[in-house]
Amino acid sequence: MEKNRIKNFSIDFRKKVFFYFDNKKLYGFEGETLASALIANNIKLVGRSFKYHRPRGIIAIGSEEPNALVTINKGDKTEPNIQATKVHLYQGLIAKSQNCWPNLKYDFGSILSFFSKLIPAGFYYKTFMWPPNGWKTYEHFIRKMAGLGKAAEIHKDPNRYEHVHSHVDVLIVGGGISGLVSCLTLANSNLNIMIADENEELGGNLNYENDVFINSVAAKKWAKQTTKKLENLENVKILTHSNVFGYHDHNFITISENCEHEVSNKITQRLWKVRAKRVVLAQGLIERPIVFSGNDLPGVMLSSAVRGYANKYGVVLGKKAIIFTNNDDAYRTALVLYKAGIKIQCIVDLREQVSSKLLSKVQNIGIEIFFGHTLSKVIGRYCVKKVEVSKLSKEGKINSNSKKIINADLVAVSGGWTPSVNLFSQSGGKLKWDSQSLNFKPSFHFQNEVTIGGCNGTFDYEKTVLESIDKTKVIVKDLINKNLRETNLKIDSPKFNKSLRSTWFFNSSKDIFKNDKAFVDFQNDVTVSDVLLASNEGYNSVEHLKRYTTLGMGTDQGKTSNINGLEILSVKLNKAIPEIGTTTFRMPYSPVRLGLIGGRDISDLFDPIRLTKIDPWHRLNKAKYENVGQWMRAWYYPQDNENMQTAVNREVLNTRLNAGILDASTLGKIDIKGKDSRKFLNMIYTNDWSLIKPGQCKYGIMLNEDGMVMDDGVTTCIENNHFHMTTTTGGSASVLSWLEEWSQTEWPHLDVNITSVTENWSVLSLSGPKAREILSQSGCDIDLSNKNFPFMTFKNGKIGGIPVRIFRISFTGELSYEINTPSRYGLYLWQKILKSGGKFNLMPYGTEAMHVLRAEKGFIIVGQETDGSVSPLDLGMDWIISKNKKDFIGKRSLKISSTIKNRKELVGILTDNSEQIIPEGAHSIEDVKSSPPVEMLGHVTSSYYSPNCNRSIALALIKGGRSKIGQKVFFPTLDGDIITGKLVKPNFFDPNGDRLNGI
Amino acid sequence: MLNIECPYCGFRDEIEFSCGGEAHISRPELNDKLSDKEWSEYLYSSYNPKGLFIERWVHSAGCRQWFNMVRNTVTNEIYEVYKIGSLPKTKEGLLAFKNNWRRKTKSELIDLKKKKNNGKK
Repeated sequence: MEKNRIKNFSIDFRKKVFFYFDNKKLYGFEGETLASALIANNIKLVGRSFKYHRPRGIIAIGSEEPNALVTINKGDKTEPNIQATKVHLYQGLIAKSQNCWPNLKYDFGSILSFFSKLIPAGFYYKTFMWPPNGWKTYEHFIRKMAGLGKAAEIHKDPNRYEHVHSHVDVLIVGGGISGLVSCLTLANSNLNIMIADENEELGGNLNYENDVFINSVAAKKWAKQTTKKLENLENVKILTHSNVFGYHDHNFITISENCEHEVSNKITQRLWKVRAKRVVLAQGLIERPIVFSGNDLPGVMLSSAVRGYANKYGVVLGKKAIIFTNNDDAYRTALVLYKAGIKIQCIVDLREQVSSKLLSKVQNIGIEIFFGHTLSKVIGRYCVKKVEVSKLSKEGKINSNSKKIINADLVAVSGGWTPSVNLFSQSGGKLKWDSQSLNFKPSFHFQNEVTIGGCNGTFDYEKTVLESIDKTKVIVKDLINKNLRETNLKIDSPKFNKSLRSTWFFNSSKDIFKNDKAFVDFQNDVTVSDVLLASNEGYNSVEHLKRYTTLGMGTDQGKTSNINGLEILSVKLNKAIPEIGTTTFRMPYSPVRLGLIGGRDISDLFDPIRLTKIDPWHRLNKAKYENVGQWMRAWYYPQDNENMQTAVNREVLNTRLNAGILDASTLGKIDIKGKDSRKFLNMIYTNDWSLIKPGQCKYGIMLNEDGMVMDDGVTTCIENNHFHMTTTTGGSASVLSWLEEWSQTEWPHLDVNITSVTENWSVLSLSGPKAREILSQSGCDIDLSNKNFPFMTFKNGKIGGIPVRIFRISFTGELSYEINTPSRYGLYLWQKILKSGGKFNLMPYGTEAMHVLRAEKGFIIVGQETDGSVSPLDLGMDWIISKNKKDFIGKRSLKISSTIKNRKELVGILTDNSEQIIPEGAHSIEDVKSSPPVEMLGHVTSSYYSPNCNRSIALALIKGGRSKIGQKVFFPTLDGDIITGKLVKPNFFDPNGDRLNGI
Repeated sequence: MLNIECPYCGFRDEIEFSCGGEAHISRPELNDKLSDKEWSEYLYSSYNPKGLFIERWVHSAGCRQWFNMVRNTVTNEIYEVYKIGSLPKTKEGLLAFKNNWRRKTKSELIDLKKKKNNGKK
């Protein structure tokens, strides 16, 4: 039997298991928590604190635990910063303490404790700001000293996470008494209900108490019976091990369910995304610690936690206890400990003499109570050894003559109860300070939610039950207009005297304020003096205080510390708490793993990829790929041992010498029909579409309303009121949305129908002087002569029986045919043309060669030569802007002076050293100066080696570039060199376009 | 995550929609009267109230239809959705519509006033 296990305690779990804590083999029971097992084994020291490396132990029993954070090693599933109170024991569990070196007891970092005066609140901001770039040096060391657990040293999370969507009528958050009663009330209504609780079973605090009876059954047993009843109902879904961590707009709730307890389940955690018609918040209450000197020493615990561990797991962390309280609830702990055979040295009660049934019970046992006293100090190095108790005056001053030293190894503290208003606050609800119960309570609310029981500030068991039933009935009435039959529950619970004494009025005495070992926030090591210092330095707003001192941050998000921090600030500023306000609670309620948020959308499933129909051929022929948005495009096709440059050079040369073929299926394609299509195109494009005839193609540029280039492409008139628009690969989705938006919202009277047909067509771009011969050899039934099928026209036809639409348009500057075929024929046609092109030396070329070919011609690529701040005038494309049209999108903006004057203009650059390739993005300057500032003229947008020009070429946007043709420019590079070159017209090859026209 | 009622498809999660900003802005007619200032106001300034607001939304991952929505920007409560080309009907919608500060440019408003006055004469 473990040292701290209560003798003759009957527990439901009997299977003994071993586990390791810091390499020490210990024993516990399956089903209890790691915290309970550590207490059973009298392990008081569980971790070291964040900043001062002070020894820390378990103080709580639930998800509010700020101290007992451990790392769990489970093969490759190492997880840091897990609350020992949330880990369920299993055979062979390996837990390790954190933030200590070389070991927990002799932690090197604890010397920081002696320098605590030197590292007050905000010390990062004060100490490490000099010299100006010193932080870079300090950061490495500070990060090592501060912080909690270390992330596992693996690169991939081995866990599996899934997302589940659910729609329910009522979602109940919290399975304590109020949640259970509400669920039980709803159960007969046929409404679809979900109830979620963070613990392994429903019942909440009922599982920790032995003095509450419902319908004459012990509360713990009643909770079990009720759960069983609910489990059998089809309209009730129970989620346990589930952290309801986010309350979003319109009753959208996110829940993280831990599934590791599920046998034969390969999922680690599930993320539930629940949309509920009504949400019932029944999160209950969390007990507050009291702030006094040494209140962080292991052995100081929350009174309700001490009671809970004793009642549920039969463990108590000590043999001689002292209870320190400002309310009646802690007297229940006294009764439980007494029954467990623990010696209670005394009860220290802040209140002046009070009386209640509960109190008399305790007094009758013979336990000494010091009313109007305070616990002024805890003495001990690694854990509690002795405490100092002092008498308080009516004004709250400590009477230093009255000091008593009492031996004790356990201090059970109760500073009152805080309603868990976190989710209510997340929902947008406003909080109100209740000066009677010294708490924030829900007041004005925005969403379809009902708050009941403890988290609504209702402390009494009977009242909680009545409130839960009443409010639940209203929900049913609202949702299905039905009256429920009465739920009768008889509650038998201890009767409290509700009087409280604020823990703070007495602490205004100076000697407590001086002491820097009185902790407010355990996890972030924020002491009373830190809060006072921050206030003295002017951080008087609660939001500033939080950020400056880190009070209420960390994994526990201030569940135990927020109110105490506020009270100190309120005493210091002599202002009431409502005047100070509280910080807004944000999700998550308890920490959530990033892996869970990612779910299955990771690795290959992170983002879809799009492949053309010809892709199998690219793969087979070992193409290198380039990602263009979601598309995977063939970049180049290396032969033998070719590197990229040689492969691209070969593809580029061969296309101009013989012919090349490109898979251009990714081009955006939009089908436009309707009798107002021409009018519509006239508004979308800058040029005039009124006279375009069936069979004609036309290049167009579309602008945003600000006059800047948005997309470009060739649009063809297929039939009189039928157009085939092409867009850039990357712009296809946004252009479709753009067209839809204008046609639906601005010109709904126009008869236009718009459909994306990008994936309906495979596009093969056949280019080069031999393109015509190859196409006719492939069995194309169209007369390809220049007279019948000139540049910028379109023909319907067949190649070997396969239907094709051929557009004679060119992006390479060569004789070029863009062959569109229904996508299912794409691969077949590609192979067929390659076969017939074999004897003409036809070779495929990839996107890189395409880029070089078009750059040789000075053709722009939207998104490369343009960046959303480039107008068609900047590109030297004045010819594409219609002078006759009254209106088109962007027209008015082209008249604004800032779009006309002092602009960067598209030019070509030839470097003096023809082998030198300027890096894309390089900035150009007019003069080389020895020191800044140097005026920048513009930047390089495209830069390649051109095998056809046998030198490097580049396109650039240069301020006033067109008037500077022939002038010298300089490009400083990152490695300190300067590339020199001269400005030329942006066209490097076949400037007259003879090859393009392909006569 | 808002729960938005598409007038064509019914209630769907916000993730299926995109917001297109302030609704009922009419694109000014291009003529010589239209000043740079008025044009830039149409282009770049939009109303950003705390409270009732009418916005355009599109069911981009659904029917791809645009529609208008009356929303409270503080509470995210949605009072009404209605099709493009129609006007709001709810009390909140009418109030928001009334407070919308520029459905027309200044010169267009002056023109309208003139027309009205002429009609009276």
